[in-house]
Amino acid sequence: MTDAAAQTARMSPADTAQNDVTIAALRQVAPPRAPGPVSNALVFGWRAILKFRHVPEQLFDLVMTPLMFTLLFTFVFGGALAGSTGDYLQFFLPGILVQTVVFNSVYSGMGLSTDFQKGLFDRFRTLPIWSLAPFAGLMVGDVMRHLIAGGIILGIGLILGYRPEAGFVGTALAFALLLTIGFGMGWVFIVLGLLVRTPMTVMTLGFTILFPLTFASNILVDPATMPDWLRSFVAVNPVSLMTTALRGLMAGTATLTQVCLALIAPVVLTITLAPVVLWLYRRR
Amino acid sequence: MTDQQDLAIRARGLVRRFGDLTAVAGIDLDVRRGTIFAVLGPNGAGKTTLLRMLATLTAADAGTATVMGHDITTAPHKVRASIAMTGQFASLDEDLTGRDNLVMLARLWGFRSGAARARADELLAAFDLSAAARKQVKNYSGGMRRRLDIAASLIVTPGVLFLDEPTTGLDPSARQGVWHLIRQLAGAGVTILLTTQYLEEADQLAERIAVIDHGRKIAEGTSRELKAATGSGFLHVSLADPGQCDAAAALLMQHLGGSVQRSPEGAELSVLAGSATAANAALAALIEAGFDLTDFRMGAPSLDEVFFALTGGPDRAKDGKRNTTEAMT
Ligand SMILES: Nc1ncnc2c1ncn2[C@@H]1O[C@H](COP(=O)(O)OP(=O)(O)O)[C@@H](O)[C@H]1O
Ligand SMILES: [Mg+2]
Repeated sequence: MTDAAAQTARMSPADTAQNDVTIAALRQVAPPRAPGPVSNALVFGWRAILKFRHVPEQLFDLVMTPLMFTLLFTFVFGGALAGSTGDYLQFFLPGILVQTVVFNSVYSGMGLSTDFQKGLFDRFRTLPIWSLAPFAGLMVGDVMRHLIAGGIILGIGLILGYRPEAGFVGTALAFALLLTIGFGMGWVFIVLGLLVRTPMTVMTLGFTILFPLTFASNILVDPATMPDWLRSFVAVNPVSLMTTALRGLMAGTATLTQVCLALIAPVVLTITLAPVVLWLYRRR
Repeated sequence: MTDQQDLAIRARGLVRRFGDLTAVAGIDLDVRRGTIFAVLGPNGAGKTTLLRMLATLTAADAGTATVMGHDITTAPHKVRASIAMTGQFASLDEDLTGRDNLVMLARLWGFRSGAARARADELLAAFDLSAAARKQVKNYSGGMRRRLDIAASLIVTPGVLFLDEPTTGLDPSARQGVWHLIRQLAGAGVTILLTTQYLEEADQLAERIAVIDHGRKIAEGTSRELKAATGSGFLHVSLADPGQCDAAAALLMQHLGGSVQRSPEGAELSVLAGSATAANAALAALIEAGFDLTDFRMGAPSLDEVFFALTGGPDRAKDGKRNTTEAMT
C-alpha cells in the first residue's frame, strides 16, 4: 500500500468531507521574499503598540507611580523642601522623568521573562529571522513606552505649572537623553529577564536594585543636607548624573561635561551587556 | 530502501547532556518525506530535547542531523526556513488576539500587511477559530489554543512540522480534532514528527514509531512491526458447527499449546499463537481434519503490551497504563 493510500484508508468519513476553507488553508504556501532585520524589528515594535491597546492597564502601571510621586512630593513635601510647591516642581520634574524611564525598563525585562515562560521566544527562534530582531523589537517597544510615559508626566507637570526654561529644543534634547538612558538601562533588565524564570522575580529584583539607586540620588532632594558618606555616593550615582544633565538640558544650563557624565552608564552598560545578552540568548 | 533524497530528517548519534544527566543518549532517526513519524516515550524520556535539537532550539553535544537536507549545526537558518515547531506548551502571545498573533508571525515571515491579514483570516477559518479571532488568546480554551498554535506553524507551509505532545491535556473531543488536523496536514504533503506519551495516538496517526526511553531508542518500526516483535497475539477461529468445538479445541491445543478459550456462544475459539507461522500450521491442520471454518483472524497485541514488553518493569507498565487511562477520560 502506498503512503497516500494508507493515508486515505485511515481517514474517517468526517476527514474526507473536508470543507473548501480547510483545503485553501492547507494549500502549499511558499515563503515571501525574506524581510530585512529592520522590517522584523518593526513588527516587534508593532506588537508592543498592540499590547498597549489590549492591555491598557500596562500604561496605568507605567504612569501611576511617577504621577503619585509628582503629586505627593510637590504638594506634601514641596513647600518644606524648596520653599514653594512651584519651585519644587521646577526642581523635581526632570528627575521624575529619569525615574520613570529607569523604572519602565523593569517592565521590558518582565515582558521578556513572560515571553520565555510562554515559549513565545521558541517560536521566534524557529523563524528564519535575524536572531536579535526580538530584542531590537523590545527596544522599539521600550522607546515607545518611555515616550508615552515621559510625555504624560511632562504634560501633567505643565498643567501643574512646570516651565522648561530651555523651551522646546531643550525639552527635545532632554527626551533624546532620556531615551538613551532607557536604552542603556534596558540591557540590565533584559539580562535579568533572560536569567530569571518568573516575571515576578524580575520585578522584585529590579526594584531591589532601583529603589536605592533612585532614592539615594538627587532626584527628590538636593543632597547638600545628607551625611558625607551618603553624599559621596549620591555624587557618583549614575542616576544623579543623569538627573543633573536632564535638569540642565531643560533649564538651558547644561554643560557638555554634564551630558557626557550622564552618558557614561548607558554606554558602558550597552558595551558590556549586549554581548552577554547575545550569549545568554544563544545558550538558552 | 530509503535513499537520502527521500528523507526529511536524518539524525545520527544525537546526544544532549544537561550537567550530569544525559537527556538524549545517541539517537538515530530516519524520517521519510510526507510521512507521520511518532516518537513514543514516557515523561522524561528525552522527546522534547530530541525535537528541540532537530528544530535548532537546542544545540547537540554530539552527533549530526539534517532536516530537509540542511545540517542543523552548520545551516540552522536554512533549517528554520523549512520547518515549523509547535511546542509542548502553546507559544502564543496571550495578550494579543488570535488574529494578531497570526498576523504578527505572517509579517515576520515577510508578508506585507494586507497579505498577512488575508493569510491569518484564511487559517483562522480553516481552524474553526473565526468566531474567536478578535478575542485575546488568554480567553481561549485548551483546544482552541492548540489549534491556533498549530495554525501559527502553518503560515508558510513547512517541509517538516514538529509537534511536541500535540494532544497532552486536551479533552477527548479536542484530541479527535487535533488528530483530524494532523491527518489532513499529512495528506497535504507535510512531513510530521510528533512526540507522544499515548500509545493509542502513535498507533492511530503514525506510519512509523520510534520508542524511546532514558534518551535511547529501544525500538522502531510500523505499529504492526512493533506488535509482531512481541509475538503474534491471539488466533481467533469461528466454526460453522458449534458442536465440533471440543474436537477443534483439542487440535488447536495440540499445535499451539496453552489453553484455548471459548466465546460465550461457543462458536469462537481463541488461543495464544507464538508466531504467525505456528498459527498458520494450526489452521491448516484444522482444515485438513475437516472442520468447517466460517472465519479466522489474528488479534495483534495492543501497542500497550508492546511498549511494556520493550520497556520492561511492572512499574513502568503501571505508569503507561495510567497515561492511557488519562488519555481516554
Ligand atoms: N533545560 C534543561 N535543563 C536541565 N535538564 C533538562 C532540561 N531540559 C530537559 N531536561 C531533563 O532532560 C530529561 C529529558 O527531558 P525531556 O526531553 O523534556 O523529556 P520528555 O519531553 O520526553 O518528557 C529530563 O530528565 C529533564 O528533566
Ligand atoms: Mg516533553
